[in-house]
Amino acid sequence: MSSVERALVPFIKLYNTLLVPIQIELDDTSVELLQEQLLERIRDRDIEAVIIDVSAIELIDSFIARALVDTAEMAHLMGVKTILIGMRPEIALTLSQMGMKVDIMTAVNLERALELLNIKVVKE
Amino acid sequence: MQNYSDNYNLIIKIASELDIVHARSQVKQFMQSIGFSLADMTKIATAVSELARNIYRYAGQGVIKVREVSVDGEPGIEIIAEDEGPGIEDVEKALEDGFSTIRSLGLGLPGVKRLVDRFHIESSAGKGTKVTIFKKNQRKRRRSVSSFQRYP
Repeated sequence: MSSVERALVPFIKLYNTLLVPIQIELDDTSVELLQEQLLERIRDRDIEAVIIDVSAIELIDSFIARALVDTAEMAHLMGVKTILIGMRPEIALTLSQMGMKVDIMTAVNLERALELLNIKVVKE
Repeated sequence: MQNYSDNYNLIIKIASELDIVHARSQVKQFMQSIGFSLADMTKIATAVSELARNIYRYAGQGVIKVREVSVDGEPGIEIIAEDEGPGIEDVEKALEDGFSTIRSLGLGLPGVKRLVDRFHIESSAGKGTKVTIFKKNQRKRRRSVSSFQRYP
């Protein structure tokens, strides 16, 4: 990633997993920039899986949904699994009613997503 | 069929990508102020996002007008998305799933149609497009019933 381009969202590395909490309102430009930045992070670090947290997002329209699905597909082509977590019920309702097929692995929260990736967080 | 004045509660100009984000948050805010549920607010704000994007991408600019109305005695919200762009040659086809001349819009109009209670489109090649949608305010009706029961 070029040094002048600031990361739009935090990219948190946990072992070989990249946690991506999206805490900004996505528009068409930012969602495409986010896609680019994420793929660059996957390349630059030793990443096997990406967990995208959308719990702070209040609206996902067909363009944003399509971009998220495309991102997961691109990550898959690079050998990386993507899990979407924390989608709000009203957004799930809206996308489903629109007929949007969001073909992407999902989990209800971070713990479940980590379990899907066989990552155990043990409390001593 | 409809009773309303010509006064709109909101008139939002669409001429840039930022206006798409602005339109959906303005509509959401207005719907909240007149008592729509979170689910309906999200559905309509999403529909507005799709319509505003269509305006911006296809016509370059246009306007989204919002007003509180009653249709056939049902209180609700009416939203008109209007532009003077190239128009749609085959409206029927534009309402089919998967039809798109821009990558993202495969679900644009058919998706919007599924999110609302009434949907109307007027368009012809070279004359622009006008999409009118209506969503009932179910909470409003329910609330007035329950307050009636509480205070007979």
